[in-house]
Amino acid sequence: MSVGTYTFRYSTLHTQFIIDMSKHMNLTLKVWRQKNQNSEGKFVTIQANNIADDMSFLEMLDVVNEDLTRKGEDPIYFDHDCREGICGMCSLVINGRPHGPNERTTTCQLHMRSFHDGQTIVIEPWRAAAFPVLKDLAVDRSAFDRIQQAGGYINVNTGGVPDANAIPIPKRIADEAFESATCIGCGACVAACKNASAMLFVSAKVSQFALLPQGQTERYERAQAMVDQMDKEGFGNCTNTGACEAECPVGIKLTNIARLNREYFTAKIFRQEDVHA
Amino acid sequence: MSSKSKPLFSSSLGKKLIMSLTGLFLCTFLVVHLIGNLQLFKNDEGYAFNNYAHFMTHFTPIKVVSYLLYASIILHAVYALILTLKNKAARPIGYHQSAGNANSKWNSRNMGILGTIILVFLATHMQNFWYQYKFGTTPYIEYHTDLETGNRQTISSDDLPANYDGYKSFVKNGVETVKTKDLYKQVAFTFQNPFIVLLYVVAMGALAFHLIHGFQSAFQTLGFDHRRYIGLVKTIGIWVFGVIIPIAFAIMPLYFFFKG
Ligand code: HEM
Ligand code: SF4
Ligand code: FES
Repeated sequence: MSVGTYTFRYSTLHTQFIIDMSKHMNLTLKVWRQKNQNSEGKFVTIQANNIADDMSFLEMLDVVNEDLTRKGEDPIYFDHDCREGICGMCSLVINGRPHGPNERTTTCQLHMRSFHDGQTIVIEPWRAAAFPVLKDLAVDRSAFDRIQQAGGYINVNTGGVPDANAIPIPKRIADEAFESATCIGCGACVAACKNASAMLFVSAKVSQFALLPQGQTERYERAQAMVDQMDKEGFGNCTNTGACEAECPVGIKLTNIARLNREYFTAKIFRQEDVHA
Repeated sequence: MSSKSKPLFSSSLGKKLIMSLTGLFLCTFLVVHLIGNLQLFKNDEGYAFNNYAHFMTHFTPIKVVSYLLYASIILHAVYALILTLKNKAARPIGYHQSAGNANSKWNSRNMGILGTIILVFLATHMQNFWYQYKFGTTPYIEYHTDLETGNRQTISSDDLPANYDGYKSFVKNGVETVKTKDLYKQVAFTFQNPFIVLLYVVAMGALAFHLIHGFQSAFQTLGFDHRRYIGLVKTIGIWVFGVIIPIAFAIMPLYFFFKG
């Protein structure tokens, strides 16, 4: 359904008319509503009408929430922050897929043109024992913070930005570390995994340091401490299905998981001096 | 960082290590088992196969390995159960709508079910042959082979003669005599039952899908993903363990069923 509307936009440089050619659509949302951590939740059907296809998914929810607020109802609670695809706060399992149907996309970067008029969209929170639902679609991801606190840092002072040719590792290794470091900690890997395993996240965090000289001091202690904390938080065990890699919005690779396994087994079997017990 | 770390095998990765090592050990066994069993296709009234069966059950180093094998099957199944239960507990509330095959292959998500089919098969298989051979009513056969001409005469019966005093193999006057339990006949007889044939064929299908995922998964679990060799590992996993071995095994019951 195409509803062309004329919009008047003003800027300090010039005045112009823009023809808004966005298509509009009506959608049926099946949204998980849950009052708080202790209450039982259920799916509620909510109509989302006249949604422009160039809105992001979160903007669509904003429109729905304005509507709910006007009607005196509780708006749908969902996480978001940057809305630029870099902070990892937005979540949502949309029609069974974390961050929706598109690859390499966060929910804030998912646009309504990926849906069609009249579609029913099922929206659920991340599901994992380690990520309890706080309210509606927002979950508590502090388990990730505690894993990071267990070992996702370095103690050496890295100083200022070094000269490029003074970095004591080849560029391809630095690039690999950088790729691992692009993990935004969103938790889509956990949400996608049938075992609710956090291996992709933890392996990215361990890899980014294991590959760099600055990360060597705590290298083997880190792998053990972070795996211990991961287990303690109640995440499941990896069975290498690859769902995490397929759903990760930044494309963290399964090779990180193999590396974490190597780091951990090396620590346990060959690096006893790194185990303080 | 915390200064105390949990022992290896109480961690999730340690348990996975057991899964992968036992799984790969079972894979090497499959290769040996298949090569041995190919002797079933020889048209020699089971002479080669029965001698092989005797060797496999009486040669001490092989006996030791076979106990390792039983232990591996048990460990693999027990740890599969432990891990699967933990994984279920890690997601107490499931999704209303799931991604299905959009982000992963179905066999990788159903290793427990495929493994359970294999386990049911293994129990039946052990009862069919291992138990019957060791403690059951295995038939009996005596081969007299003229070493000069290669001519062979056999005396067989549907059960062991009362005076059967174990496997015998000796040469006298240029004639080799072998007296043994006739596992070959037991195999031919068992595979006349269409339900057993069906179970074997279905189980080999399950094994194929279990190993198409499992073989390469075990290497990933061990941390082995070297760019240069991982392609080879995946190819072996799919073609050798996922296609050739299960099909070769599945042909055995079908061969005897249709041979009659
Ligand atoms: C006794 C019945 C069996 C059960 C219940 C079972 C179950 C499982 C389960 C649940 C997994 C974990 C999934 C994964 O890690 O990807 C697994 C992995 C595996 N299984 Fe089995 N399985 C059985 C028999 C076998 C047999 C007979 C073989 C080989 C001949 C085998 C080889 C493997 C391999 C190689 C893996 C991969 C290990 C890894 O991922 O680290 N399994 N099995
Ligand atoms: S690995 Fe990918 S999916 Fe997992 S937390 Fe990091 S960015 Fe998100
Ligand atoms: S809101 Fe920051 S990544 Fe989506």
